Amino acid sequence: MDKRAAFRSWWLPSLFALPQIILILLFFYWPAVAVLRWAFTLEPPFGGAAEFVGLANFQEVFADPLYWNSVGISLAFALCGTLSTIFIGLVLALAVDRQLPGSAPFRFLYILPYAIAGPAAGMAFRFILSPERGLMASVNAAFPDFWNPAKYGSHALILVIVVFAWKWAGYTFIFLLAGLQSVPRSLIEAAAMDGCGPIRRAVDIQIPLLAPTLFFLLVIMMTEGFVGADTYGIVARTTDGGPNHGTDVMVYRIVEEAFRGLNYSGASAQSLVLIGLIMVFTFIQFHFIERQVHYK
Amino acid sequence: MRVSVTTSVFIGLMASVAFGAPAAAAEKTKFEFWYGLSGDLGERVQDACKKFNDSQSEFEIVCTSQNGYDTTLQNTIAAYRAKKQPAITQIYDAGTLDMMLSGAFVPAKKLMADNGYTIDWNNYFGGIANYYATAKGELNSFPFNSSTAMFYYNVDAFQKAGIDFKPDTWEQVEEAARKLKAAGFECPLAFNFDTWPLMEQFSAIHNQPLATKANGYNGLDAELVVNKTKFVDHVKFFKKMADEKLFVVKTKQLGMDIVPAFTSETCQMIQTSVADHGTIGKTLPEGVKWEVAMLPVWKGTERQNSLVGGASLWVLAGRPEAEYKGAAAFLNYLGTPEMAEWWSTVTGYIPVTKTGFDAMKANGFYDKAPYKGRELAIQSLSFTPTSENTRGIRLGGFTQIRKEFATALEAIFMQNADVQAELDKTVERGNAVLRRFEKTYAGQTLN
Repeated sequence: MDKRAAFRSWWLPSLFALPQIILILLFFYWPAVAVLRWAFTLEPPFGGAAEFVGLANFQEVFADPLYWNSVGISLAFALCGTLSTIFIGLVLALAVDRQLPGSAPFRFLYILPYAIAGPAAGMAFRFILSPERGLMASVNAAFPDFWNPAKYGSHALILVIVVFAWKWAGYTFIFLLAGLQSVPRSLIEAAAMDGCGPIRRAVDIQIPLLAPTLFFLLVIMMTEGFVGADTYGIVARTTDGGPNHGTDVMVYRIVEEAFRGLNYSGASAQSLVLIGLIMVFTFIQFHFIERQVHYK
Repeated sequence: MRVSVTTSVFIGLMASVAFGAPAAAAEKTKFEFWYGLSGDLGERVQDACKKFNDSQSEFEIVCTSQNGYDTTLQNTIAAYRAKKQPAITQIYDAGTLDMMLSGAFVPAKKLMADNGYTIDWNNYFGGIANYYATAKGELNSFPFNSSTAMFYYNVDAFQKAGIDFKPDTWEQVEEAARKLKAAGFECPLAFNFDTWPLMEQFSAIHNQPLATKANGYNGLDAELVVNKTKFVDHVKFFKKMADEKLFVVKTKQLGMDIVPAFTSETCQMIQTSVADHGTIGKTLPEGVKWEVAMLPVWKGTERQNSLVGGASLWVLAGRPEAEYKGAAAFLNYLGTPEMAEWWSTVTGYIPVTKTGFDAMKANGFYDKAPYKGRELAIQSLSFTPTSENTRGIRLGGFTQIRKEFATALEAIFMQNADVQAELDKTVERGNAVLRRFEKTYAGQTLN
């Protein structure tokens, strides 16, 4: 079978692909090459003579205890963020999938937070969950220091995870709802007739059949938590990496290092490490977890 | 990066529009000015640009806010690397050394001499000019919006608590705080982790160094020493006061920063910039009596001049010759006493030249109610001739160093970290920043 039926020459399809290729070169490969170069040199902010320093930038990064702190925080953030977005999305999807009367508008409502920019959400939650004003003020009045993200790193981390989950649960919800709706009705009905309650049906039938979707979301949300633009925006607007580096996730550190510290080289080295880390994670996920996933 | 790419694309588009447009009636030379101020202050910059454009027919300045000092520096760097830089850019105090070593600017003195303006450089207040000048005292950039830190207190609260003195020393501040607390005021003094008043201004007026080599003026190999000066005792004092709930931490993260804490009468004393003078006057409820004073010193200290804050205007290299004529005309225009007076009236900033200040004093500006007290900022800045410790701060990566110290203060006040140990650690981290900066600019010397 001739697969090139649509185009008889090579230049026409190339021409159509050209804008895309140019954009990818310009906005993906060019910066990537710059990062690669800067990671091994000392780049002065305004440009000019950059000295090749080999692995010195990486040594500096790895020698910094605060860097390892940020790796740990990133892991905790991405993991908790991923699990909570998927869990909330799943619960919402199961609820909407039951097709109770009046559930239609909730589809729209659950997706809505996804349309709100991360920094804006962060700003709002900073007020909503402020320890001295907002919802938690009365709890704090009864139990002093029960909730204080300006004081305890763990509370601050919970705060940014809450914002992240609030924003991204709607996204996982869409995928999970679509997945649930492709589960054959006959299976559910048969189980119901055999006397299975909704929880039993979810655990034994629906969730196993959702495995490919769940796996896809696991990979996507882990990556989003680690390198997503939202992660930076949320942290910058909610806690500013604090208190005392308590929410200093890797992307936040990179942006701060590059733009506040004007240390392009150190930030580039950190970016390369982060890219490497993401590749390792994705590999592990595909290699070990995907084996447990049944597509049929 | 996204911001800067968009910006440069935008600037590119603007440039092509500008070039493509048919040369209309008058052949005005257009040039760009980027600034960091936003909100009300940003509007006032636009007013200044409009005034300049209306004052002559030869040039047209196009002023664009970059929304924030740090983004202005970042966008300036991105634009310069893309060869799309504006003719003039506003860079904050902490970015001064980055600019000085960039080789990307035309020194103020050269610009004005090349374009036939004679400027009396001695007319600038020493405490202001030295921050932006070479070791020889020649200005690299033009001081523009200048401020210094002041001490604000609520006079009504003081009277209710039976305090009959003005807090000139920290001993008196403590006494006032105790009396206010006894009179039922929950938050006698509010503070946050901004190092500018607490560390930098405190060190200057007590003639204490932040770093060796005259705070970096004498070489890139300077090292931080602020963990061995009076600053350490000062932090310990603040910690003691905070533990006794006499001084209270007020930050955005906690829901209320220090200026709103003062203007809502939640807290009765703060130290913050004179640039907030206008806002405080406008925001405090009508009829509340408040005063402003120079920052307190410890008893027995010979007060030194305080440091200038704010930003200066840099003229960037690599623009067409004609634009420099316009830039020089604009900077000369800003320097006139009338403009200095106008600028200080509509903002909280202080006049940067002696003639500007004298003109304002002569017409009774500082005697009138909303502006009363602002002259103390000038007094504070020019209290003594500058010393090695008060000339300014010339440390590389200073924005990051500030952030490291703010984090240290956060650890000390929020998490009970040991004062000395935390400051030692932070000085070490700060020195690493300085060493990296030194390596990045290896072979360059300060002039």
